[in-house]
Amino acid sequence: MKSAQVIMDTGAHAAALAVKSARVDVIPGYPITPQTSIMEALSAMVENGELHARFIPVEGEHSSMAAAVAASAAGARVFTATSANGLLYMHEVLHMASGGRLPVVMCNVNRGIFAPWTLWADHQDSFSQRDTGWIQYHCSSNQEVFNTILQAFRVAEQINIPVMVNFDGFAISHCLMPLTLPPQEDIDRFLPPHEPEWRLDPAQPSSFSNVTNAPEYAPFRQMLSDDIIAAIPLVKQAAQEYKDITGMWDGDTIDTYRLEDAEVVAFAVNSMAAELRLSIDILREQGIKAGLLRPRLYLPFPTEDIISALPQNAQVMVLDRNYNFGHPGGILASELKSVLFGRRNDITVKNRVIGIGGIDLTRRFMAAEIRAMMDE
Amino acid sequence: MTTSIKQLPDIEQVLSGNGACGGCPATMALRIVGKALGSNAIMLLTPSCSVASMGMTPKLGYNWPCINICFATAGSSASGISHALEIMQEKGRLQGELPTVFCWAGDGGTYDIGFQALSAAAERNDNMIFFCYNNEAYSNTGVQRSGATPRGSFTTTTPTGKRQPKKNMALLMLEHNIPYVATATVAYPGDLYDKVVKAKNTPGMKYIEILAPCYLGWQFNMPETVQMSRKAVRSGSWLLWEAENGKISFNNPSAHIISGKKKAEPVDEYLMKQGRFSRLLKGSDAAQRIAEIQGDIDREIAFMRERAKITI
Ligand SMILES: Cc1ncc(C[n+]2csc(CCOP(=O)(O)OP(=O)(O)O)c2C)c(N)n1
Ligand code: SF4
Ligand SMILES: [Mg+2]
Repeated sequence: MKSAQVIMDTGAHAAALAVKSARVDVIPGYPITPQTSIMEALSAMVENGELHARFIPVEGEHSSMAAAVAASAAGARVFTATSANGLLYMHEVLHMASGGRLPVVMCNVNRGIFAPWTLWADHQDSFSQRDTGWIQYHCSSNQEVFNTILQAFRVAEQINIPVMVNFDGFAISHCLMPLTLPPQEDIDRFLPPHEPEWRLDPAQPSSFSNVTNAPEYAPFRQMLSDDIIAAIPLVKQAAQEYKDITGMWDGDTIDTYRLEDAEVVAFAVNSMAAELRLSIDILREQGIKAGLLRPRLYLPFPTEDIISALPQNAQVMVLDRNYNFGHPGGILASELKSVLFGRRNDITVKNRVIGIGGIDLTRRFMAAEIRAMMDE
Repeated sequence: MTTSIKQLPDIEQVLSGNGACGGCPATMALRIVGKALGSNAIMLLTPSCSVASMGMTPKLGYNWPCINICFATAGSSASGISHALEIMQEKGRLQGELPTVFCWAGDGGTYDIGFQALSAAAERNDNMIFFCYNNEAYSNTGVQRSGATPRGSFTTTTPTGKRQPKKNMALLMLEHNIPYVATATVAYPGDLYDKVVKAKNTPGMKYIEILAPCYLGWQFNMPETVQMSRKAVRSGSWLLWEAENGKISFNNPSAHIISGKKKAEPVDEYLMKQGRFSRLLKGSDAAQRIAEIQGDIDREIAFMRERAKITI
């Protein structure tokens, strides 16, 4: 039996290595900072024969998602990646992927949205695509990016819903961290070849995504809504089996740290949640019973797991790296409040918007924020 | 020799009972295309009359797997399918002859919103046939102007007649250095058929544009689709040509017009038959505006004659 290999790698390159070990068939791609290095790495792998796939250098992200959904409809395993305005430019076609039930997997490397321009991370881009019907993971380490892409393919292909794997620009995409690469045999065991139940096939002429009347359209949409929620057990199963095979675990729908006896709970996603573990340690040293709850899954929102994980009477400090325009705070806070309403009246939710446009979020800064929120 | 209408194969890929208007040129053209492509093909459709015509879910009037795609994406979507089929064959997951991947898009889906993705697919020389059936307007949304609408034509967004000439889309595609470009129209079914067969047997990007006189948008009598198509060619307002590896040749009767052997019919009579030009023809400046249209046609003929001489 071959053993795992440990290297130092960036998050972007870790993503490319995961795509390679997923034995992807088609990769349409278009550059945008900070995602570009994923596409560069993949096109090099295809060019030098390391990865037997087609790289399609399209002329924009609307086209990269269009090529992705169409290749998926033809029966291929498909990957693409983008950031910020690239993701927004895809918007119409993101709906075609989910409505068309096509299991495309995409990385979105989080970056703030134009205007004005910024290159740095916040989460307005992925959260603004909430209603496109994609499953969304948010990852907090390079290793988690690698692991999640493989889990994403499995879930997507089991339930025919596209999956977006999000992680922060620069803090994750461009920073080196140790990366464990499981042997390819193990990955193949975890992720079997893609065998779609249906594909575009001249032996079976049929229309795809054609015009419908309400009696057909409404059940299609209901099915999509139901199946997105039905992805939760599949997400858990994928995380568990990935752990059984590789020994690695990043959480399933949620990830927690020192949560069991916590009175103050930090609630956040992505790289800031990794840094928050250190903030929690600082607060604990100061005598505050602090803990962390990180939703790894943003969509479907892991309602039940959050409700059962939160300790009694906890104060939850939601740190949003995005705006919920029209409301005073961020999007995560309103999602959280809506699931707690009427079910966990013991919980207090407080919210701050921080780290917009890549403002550095250090452990000390966030520990101080949480302390300040306690006094509000 | 051009295939005659009597020699066209019996195979029908356009099934009876679909939702197009009687005399629909797009459906007529697709029927001939089907005879040339056969059943081993995958069809991509952008929002258009041809989508409205094919029947509502779960019915289907075209005998292919038909995928509806976003309006702007015909070129990129077909690239995705074509690469997917090729790699799956390379990996042993598909056997036998690969299906022909073809886009069926209107002039809106080609000249306007679809231009960027089409241009990029052509520049990559991805393997597909891109058909534009050109009815010179957005018919499906109730006849609005497009980049293919000719000068003078009334549409709901050019209420006093369009002020600009149409663009030469087929020539733009030729300038992408793709292996095959052709124009056709429904009055010359054998010519269209032969061009589709050629395209089918050529690897890489192929572009075929079919002039499709639409009685609804052009406002003529429904049974006169074919006559209108023939008049467009005889007046020189539509030129039949093809280009294999960049070398342009003209097909009859356009070849005679280009060579000067036959004179193009004056455009007046062609315009007179169409309600979409009637306001212009009734206006006090009618003579001047007809002269402008005639000028566009003469310029295009002269330009294409000279362009065809460039063979490097
Ligand atoms: C992104 C987007 N914008 C607008 C539309 C509305 N729309 C549907 S069909 C159509 C016009 C199609 O024109 P054309 O491609 O020439 O085909 P035709 O209807 O003439 O057959 C438009 C504007 C759409 N479906 N998608
Ligand atoms: S409006 Fe014109 S193009 Fe559309 S279906 Fe009718 S005849 Fe055909
Ligand atoms: Mg049209």
